[in-house]
Amino acid sequence: MEEVFRGIWVIAYRDLLRFVQERTRAISSFAMPLLFLVIFGAGFNRVIGTMAPGVDFIQFIYPGIIAMTVLMGSLMSGLSVVWDREFGFLREVLVAPMSRAGIVLGKTAGTAVIALGQGFIMLILAPIVGVQLSPMLVVKLIPLLIIISVSLSGLGILVASRMRSQQGFQMLIQIIIMPLVFMSGVFFPVNNVPTWLEVASKINPLTYGVDAIRQVFLGVGSASAGGGYAIGVTVFGHTMSVLEDALVVVVLGAVLMTAAIVAFSKQE
Amino acid sequence: MDMIEIEGLSKKFGKLVAVDNISFRVPRGEIFGFLGPNGAGKTTTINILCTLLKPTGGRASVNGYDVIKERRKVQRSIGLVFQDPTLDDYLTADQNLRFHAYAYGVPASVRETRMQELMELVELQDRRKNKVSTYSGGMKRRLEIARGLLHHPSVLFLDEPTLGLDPQTRRRIWEHVLTLRQQEDLTIFLTTHYMDEAEHCERIAIIDNGRIIALDTPDNLKDALGGDLVTLEARDSQGAIAELKERYNISPEINDGMVTFSVPHGDTFLPEFVRGFHSGLISINVRRPTLDDVFLKLTGHAIRDQEVGMMDQMRMMMRSH
Repeated sequence: MEEVFRGIWVIAYRDLLRFVQERTRAISSFAMPLLFLVIFGAGFNRVIGTMAPGVDFIQFIYPGIIAMTVLMGSLMSGLSVVWDREFGFLREVLVAPMSRAGIVLGKTAGTAVIALGQGFIMLILAPIVGVQLSPMLVVKLIPLLIIISVSLSGLGILVASRMRSQQGFQMLIQIIIMPLVFMSGVFFPVNNVPTWLEVASKINPLTYGVDAIRQVFLGVGSASAGGGYAIGVTVFGHTMSVLEDALVVVVLGAVLMTAAIVAFSKQE
Repeated sequence: MDMIEIEGLSKKFGKLVAVDNISFRVPRGEIFGFLGPNGAGKTTTINILCTLLKPTGGRASVNGYDVIKERRKVQRSIGLVFQDPTLDDYLTADQNLRFHAYAYGVPASVRETRMQELMELVELQDRRKNKVSTYSGGMKRRLEIARGLLHHPSVLFLDEPTLGLDPQTRRRIWEHVLTLRQQEDLTIFLTTHYMDEAEHCERIAIIDNGRIIALDTPDNLKDALGGDLVTLEARDSQGAIAELKERYNISPEINDGMVTFSVPHGDTFLPEFVRGFHSGLISINVRRPTLDDVFLKLTGHAIRDQEVGMMDQMRMMMRSH
């Protein structure tokens, strides 16, 4: 057990240390979500108009963009594994007397801290977007962002455990992640779309992560589901609550994490 | 108990047999050289000994611990310097060392003094706060040697420790290795394809195509060739060969018009030989055989043939950054 804990903190410590030293990466990680928020928000806000009573388009996508920031940031876990492999540092890690599970959990922990920080910085934009922040909201947000981050870190490491080059990793991530993000309800409610898209979106576990965060922000859940709702995700006529959404993400996280540890522990 | 014990070790990658049923032991405190051309199985063997690869046959132990069943204990017993750098370039030397100390659970009370001591030994004490990306290839290698020793290992593995470095830096690395070995009571296991470096070893195993084809001290290996190597050029080569056969019962070989053969004591043989030689001597040379000659004799090809392969060139390019 000591080997697992040592692995976790040593690996997380180094990833954080390195993040602090690489300012370009820190800055660039905000560029994309910010771009989506500003351009999509400004571009579609008047065309689309109100999504639900008191919720315009920019307020609708804002929580989704926060979720997206965290999940994109979490995939960096995989990129850093591939990076370390390419530049040799992974060997230093693998020959050290630490358990592989500890190494995977450490990567996840380090990545989660960074991704969470990135998600929270996006909160600065709340007043501009016109979303009310409260301490309670932030308290609810933390565990949700953590489970999303852990799940996606798991996915990143799982993919990375088979990848030898950064290009390969990035290509695979593009193929996997872009559809996952676009079909997760970040940019549109998944209830009022063509059936094929609705089905695809509702199979996508990320949809529930995004939905949970949006409900925390906008309070549009089963409680207000009086029939005319447009935002909360419904499955077979049942509108998902935050807790149910979270459960889906936790199950996903457990599966991905286990798979990542198994894949990473395999010795040639 | 010997420090390294290998018995019938094999490693296959699919159909390719990288290591083919090798056995040897390395006693405590020895400098043991593993010699062979690229692709002979040197790195695969090291990777098995340091638990990065699983053997497909046989067994191996380091410091008495089995490399499969007691991985953690093996990992704690060894220090490693790989062919390719394994440092984090974005961190400083100190940060790299501390990471290593944390990863191996080196107690805080020992850590800082040990770091100081080792960095002085490899003469990098005034570059400790610099990022590794500012280091030269030789400095990186020295830093890796210091890091590999941070947790007081019993065996230091050096995989081609001087590949791609200039001769001056190579000499300095060797000075450090030899000092460290005395101070730290280390067993050193190294791979190289530089024959001159192999001379530093107390014993050498020569590996070719995954098999060990010779294992002895450098002197014994050279003596096994039959003494000193004589090379002569004569106006009448065929006459010279006939003469050698008749007078000394020696069957020489001809390489590029030069007549070559071995004699037990070249220095006393030479004056007597020259006096009685009738086939028009142009030049003659006597030298101690080198490990290159040993290698050539045993494998039929020179070790340097494949020296600068594609991988080496890429490595050197990577290192020069």
